[in-house]
Amino acid sequence: MIGENIIYGINGPVVTIKGKTTLSMMEMVYVGNKRLIGEVIGLDSQKTTIQVYEDTVGLKPGEPVFGSGSQLCVTLGPGILSNIFDGIERPLPALEEQTGSFIGKGINVPVLNEEKKWNVKLLVKQGDELCGGQIYAETQETAIINHKIMLSPLLSGKIVWTCGDGEYTVKDIIAKLETEKGEIVDLTLCQKWPIRIPRPVKNRRTVSRPLVTGQRVLDTLFPVAKGGAAAIPGGFGTGKTMTQHQLAKWCDADIIVYVGCGERGNEMTQALMEFSELIDPKSGRPLTDRTVLIANTSNMPVAAREASIYTGITLAEYYRDMGYHTAIMADSTSRWAEALREISGRLEEMPADEGFPAYLPSRLSEFYERAGYMDTLSGSEGSVTIIGAVSPQGSDFSEPVTQNTKRFTRCFWALDKSLAYARHYPAINWNNSYSEYLGDLEMWYHDNAGADFMKCREEISSILYEENSLMEIVKLIGADVLPDDQKLTIEIARVIRVGFLQQNAFHKDDTYVPVKKQLKMMQVILHLYHKCQKIVALQVPISKILATGLFDKLVKIKYDVPNDKIEMLDDYITEIDTTLNSYLK
Amino acid sequence: MVVEHRGLSEINGSLVILEGVKNPMNEELVELELEDGTKRTGRIVAIEGDKAVVQVFEGTRGLSMVNTRTKLVGKPMEMKLSPEILGRVFDGLGRPIDGLGEIYPQETMNVNGEPINPVSRVYPKNYIRTGISSIDCLTTLIRGQKLPIFSGSGMKHNELAVQIVRQASIADNDDFAIVFAAMGVKNDVAEYFRSSFENANVMNRVVMFLNLSNDPIIERIITPRCALTAAEYLAYKLNKHILVILTDMTSYAEALREFSSSKGEIPGRKGYPGYLYSDLATLYERAGIIKTASGSVTQIPILTMPNDDISHPIPDLTGYITEGQIVLDRGLDTKGIYPPVNVLPSLSRLMKDGIGAGYTREDHSSLANQLFASYAKVQDAKALASVIGEDELSENDKLIMNFGREFEKVFIGQGEENRTIEETLDIGWKLLSMLPRTELDRIDDKYLDMYYKPQNNIE
Repeated sequence: MIGENIIYGINGPVVTIKGKTTLSMMEMVYVGNKRLIGEVIGLDSQKTTIQVYEDTVGLKPGEPVFGSGSQLCVTLGPGILSNIFDGIERPLPALEEQTGSFIGKGINVPVLNEEKKWNVKLLVKQGDELCGGQIYAETQETAIINHKIMLSPLLSGKIVWTCGDGEYTVKDIIAKLETEKGEIVDLTLCQKWPIRIPRPVKNRRTVSRPLVTGQRVLDTLFPVAKGGAAAIPGGFGTGKTMTQHQLAKWCDADIIVYVGCGERGNEMTQALMEFSELIDPKSGRPLTDRTVLIANTSNMPVAAREASIYTGITLAEYYRDMGYHTAIMADSTSRWAEALREISGRLEEMPADEGFPAYLPSRLSEFYERAGYMDTLSGSEGSVTIIGAVSPQGSDFSEPVTQNTKRFTRCFWALDKSLAYARHYPAINWNNSYSEYLGDLEMWYHDNAGADFMKCREEISSILYEENSLMEIVKLIGADVLPDDQKLTIEIARVIRVGFLQQNAFHKDDTYVPVKKQLKMMQVILHLYHKCQKIVALQVPISKILATGLFDKLVKIKYDVPNDKIEMLDDYITEIDTTLNSYLK
Repeated sequence: MVVEHRGLSEINGSLVILEGVKNPMNEELVELELEDGTKRTGRIVAIEGDKAVVQVFEGTRGLSMVNTRTKLVGKPMEMKLSPEILGRVFDGLGRPIDGLGEIYPQETMNVNGEPINPVSRVYPKNYIRTGISSIDCLTTLIRGQKLPIFSGSGMKHNELAVQIVRQASIADNDDFAIVFAAMGVKNDVAEYFRSSFENANVMNRVVMFLNLSNDPIIERIITPRCALTAAEYLAYKLNKHILVILTDMTSYAEALREFSSSKGEIPGRKGYPGYLYSDLATLYERAGIIKTASGSVTQIPILTMPNDDISHPIPDLTGYITEGQIVLDRGLDTKGIYPPVNVLPSLSRLMKDGIGAGYTREDHSSLANQLFASYAKVQDAKALASVIGEDELSENDKLIMNFGREFEKVFIGQGEENRTIEETLDIGWKLLSMLPRTELDRIDDKYLDMYYKPQNNIE
């Protein structure tokens, strides 16, 4: 009996209905005469609790609540890419057409453009048996992405009718399927899927390939695997968003889902603008061709913020099922956790740590576990990589969201305030960060970057570690009193920090550096280091070596050597040799 | 149809509960009439059946359970707007208090506003010259930005705000106006702003909203919303460039805390409600530029950090929403350096796209970067000097210390001077010229060759 439910109480985004209702848990509902979108989050014999995804100003008790009969779902089909959605997958450009520059209430717009015709190629014929998740048609969604149209994972059966190849809209019926029970199901270009349920796969694989980002500190020191999960915690102003943008622009995933969850409106506009201007080096097409943005800015309703993360990951899984490598950037998961807290508070639940609900860790783990490198139902392989930004309150990493995120991600890129103050970007602290994927990825680096990549990486990392302990002494007594071999460590560590770890996102070459050049840069730096070690052992004062200017020259490699002229780096090795060999005699 | 009720069923802090209300609406405006005929305003904040919780803006003192008459107005809180609001003074609820009579509205707008569709925004790129070196060079203010000043009690944030208004404003065009909202500030402070606006000859372009420290606390929750509604009206309907000054956001957050605890909500950090972030965001996010209008809303919220603690929830959450921050420093302030901007934690997130060739000068971004990096080294040298004494420092560290002193004295401590962007950048280069060239690793050789002249040091 749908339509008999009447609003009883209103408290912020939470609406209650008195008495028993026919609504089911997590069902999507339309609230009030304006039909605001909401979701059932609590049921008992006295009342039904609904969280509303839109502003509840002006809502009155006595207004009706309509059930939709299904859970909160997203529509999946061609037309998702290049688009920008709000937290419950309403396309923002279409909202703008309806209500102008400000987002109004109760607007119902179709998720996908229903007029656009797609050039569809059928891949099945009458009589074919199909299992859930198999592909029955395809269409070129953007210049670089071929959209595979899959059977919903819940269906299977025999194709009893197909239309021919041709131009169709997302609503047109292109095939009919007879299920085992004998029902006939119409197949269109799109399907629906509830956002809170992971899309099924055949098999989870172990990760073995890195997500190449072109950011030296990440690729070299703390790589994340395709199908892995990484967390970027950092206080405000440490460059979380900047790092996320860089990853979205340069990482080698096929599809990027960028979720702006409770962040700034201007930043989303910037992402939108930059992604359409930037050209993907691999395909020569604008980055928007492989990107979908989900924008739920901090002033949009809080409940939709909670949903936006799930919307994003479901879209990512959908493209994974087609056999693509997808990466989802969630900026920021703390805002999502706070949305949980806010709603939990309105429901008067018993708070745990810092007012967050007790189920925060389980929600976080559910989310991060949706990452993975999978064999899909359609018979291909694909992955979802999650990169979640965390905004710890007061930059204190011991707060619950950071701590729990740490438990469920294997890669931790700790952003550091003092590095950001010194404008060392990306401000990833090499002492606090870690990646547990190194072992899994060793083979890939060996085969694709160079045999001694891991060896160089380890040496670089141990020099940095040594410098860190030396700096403790320097802070107390100054650098002058150190012996020359330790001074050398500090000097070479400076070259690594400034010339290698620091990376300028606004420089045309430095913004993205291929792995092979990263290795070569490490080799040049280490070559200088080894040479100098020998010289210092011969009691040549370090000041003499510094006076050659080699160290300063190496710092500027990142600007002086273009990405397509890696062989230029060999000249540096020759130069080091010719300059320093005189000291060795 | 307006229905009147007699009597209240409960009074708790600033909240009253009405029973037997017909058809209440969430966020509806309520008028309360006391026994003696005085009127107060409130709004519905929660509803349960025929019970409505009403927040009374002017406080509940003197309300009687029996003889209070309440009237549901039938619409949410709205603000009357017309071009005539310029030059006027309003109270915290948007009612004129300058004795010049009511506003004849051309339009009424809901004070809560509506979120701007990110697709409809224009990314802010046009920089505002403030004439203050530390801001222009290192934390450039951009039109459509929200850039708060983090200060502490007793520091010169008001002077800085006024100096920004005086120097930024008025430089170019007529379409400039200021919306000033005072929340819980002292009478003297409000008066200081008023007289400063008068001295700068901009009073006819200022809209003032005053909720002073002796005004009702709950009114404070509405004050910034009224101010921003006025700002949006002027910017998006009348195409003006609006600078909004909100002071003091700390008082605002405290009012919110008081309201939340009287409502019996579960508190988050330091007793502030769990939704403080969302609430602040609904204010700050109202800055920006939209495609359909040529105006803009730029916000400079001022907040005093309790105990100068930047990790306190109010500055912390503010920093996560705003596009950067200007942090004032107690140490510099006591040294008599004005404006006491601590440049290291200060940041403008939007500056990278609004500076450089075509906006300010092509070397701006590298110069700013280098100044930050070198000044960060000054802090390390200072720390070392405090352990081993300045005499024991290496030559290089001594140069850096020297640079730091001059930087604070000349670059930051400019006083009331109004500098052009070229002057500011040139001073920056002069200071860098005190350092050896090898120290300047953030700058391309191209610019070093052009601007780095070690012989012309600052005297």
